[in-house]
Amino acid sequence: MADSNTEIKTLGESLRQRGVSRRGFLKFCTATASMMALPPAMVPAIAEALEKARRPSVIWLSFQECTGCTESLTRAHAPTIENLIFDHISLDYHHTLQAASGEGAEAAREAAIHENFGKYLVVVDGSIPLKDPGFSTIAGISNLDMLKETVAGAAAVIAVGSCAAFGGLPHANPNPTGAVSVSEIIKDKPVVNVSGCPPIPTVISGVLAHFLTFGGLPELDDLGRPKVFYGQSIHDRCYRRPFYDKGLFAETFDDEGARKGWCLYRMGCKGPMTYNACATTKWNQGTSWPVESGHGCLGCSEPDFWDGGGFYNAISIPDGDIARNIGLGAVAGVAVGAAAGMLNRNAKADAAARHETVTVDDLEKTS
Amino acid sequence: MQKLQDIDIRVEAPVDRLVQHGNAVPVLHEILHALRRLGETEESTTIDLRSIPFGPGDEELLLDVLGRGEVAVKLETLGVSEIYETAFAGVWIVDHRNTEGERIALQIEITRVPEILFTQVADLTDSISRLENRLRTPDGVASLSNPMNGRRRDG
Repeated sequence: MADSNTEIKTLGESLRQRGVSRRGFLKFCTATASMMALPPAMVPAIAEALEKARRPSVIWLSFQECTGCTESLTRAHAPTIENLIFDHISLDYHHTLQAASGEGAEAAREAAIHENFGKYLVVVDGSIPLKDPGFSTIAGISNLDMLKETVAGAAAVIAVGSCAAFGGLPHANPNPTGAVSVSEIIKDKPVVNVSGCPPIPTVISGVLAHFLTFGGLPELDDLGRPKVFYGQSIHDRCYRRPFYDKGLFAETFDDEGARKGWCLYRMGCKGPMTYNACATTKWNQGTSWPVESGHGCLGCSEPDFWDGGGFYNAISIPDGDIARNIGLGAVAGVAVGAAAGMLNRNAKADAAARHETVTVDDLEKTS
Repeated sequence: MQKLQDIDIRVEAPVDRLVQHGNAVPVLHEILHALRRLGETEESTTIDLRSIPFGPGDEELLLDVLGRGEVAVKLETLGVSEIYETAFAGVWIVDHRNTEGERIALQIEITRVPEILFTQVADLTDSISRLENRLRTPDGVASLSNPMNGRRRDG
């Protein structure tokens, strides 16, 4: 048991001081592994790593954003595993949440940079305007200057939300502020994109938990997103996938297909070209997610989803027949995997390039 | 003006009764294979249901088929967890909840006894230390008659 008079340095000590037993710690690690989408077999390794995990300093910067990402995280149910993790990190600056403002707040940011130089994490939500620095400032400092200054001593940057990851809504045509993503500015530090509008709170805390647990960043995809959460398309993980494979589609929000829970592809679902964890992690304490509620995926975790040609227009279908190319019989959409992902990626690139939609007749030719 | 209760409401059968998503069946097959491995080689398996894309009714169907067996345990740490053996011996449901009663993990363990039920070495060491301290002083022994004394703070 840690002495309460000494500074708590590891998560294990922190939990023990709260009277959490080793069995409780294993429960915590099991939930953390599940949250990080890691296999249950990794629980002992996670327990060993978390036992020694030290308290990282986190500086959270909010630029051109709607605060939806912070809402997503802070409106998460409490108290939870996420809360325990957030209790353990030292959130030294978050101008939406902190009581201090003005010079006091900026002094806290500068102190955190100075005291933890080279070791702290920077979380950014919102895009950065380049056309005119006056479009978005904090304490008279432009977003661009604050980002560069803060990131200079960071271990890594986590771009939370589609605005920070890809520019998001501010970046949508005609992009009046010249908004860009974090990774378009920061080239000399690791940048993790946790996209989504907003991102799933569990995914945000899962990335922080990964840093806390393993002292590094998770493996990333070609868009800088953690593969554990963004490695498979919504379509491939969708429980409605078997209906797609059978050619059973809802055509409107109140037809027989909609009532029977058939595939929403023809109603504009962007699941085939969207990579995110909604289909398994779900929302609102695991209650549901958009497709389960009867609405197609908007593709909010993909770059430029606002300019994708309409939420209710069916995306272009791939040149090949997905069912024939990957082989039908992939059980319940669970194991369809990478082959369909590649096809969907190609289809997405084609669709994005052409901004084409398809007619019902086009779909019937291949379904 | 028409009142709310004057509006005709037609109640339809719940959608999940009309639709079979079929996502529970592959998991049941996986459990069967894991049971065979347990029987043949003592290898345990854990299936994290958070990573399975279930539709409405899939989880209910899975748990319904598995049923409940002879053993049920309530684990009280960081919220209440329910752990029970299903009607199929060797197949356990581990349902972890937080202090608000919200689910934080739901796993199926195919094993003889879930690992979390074993007394952990660190807790055993702690127990020895605490009981030694109690026995060291007359007051500590006297207060042992109170069943709440000696409980951990996280319960």
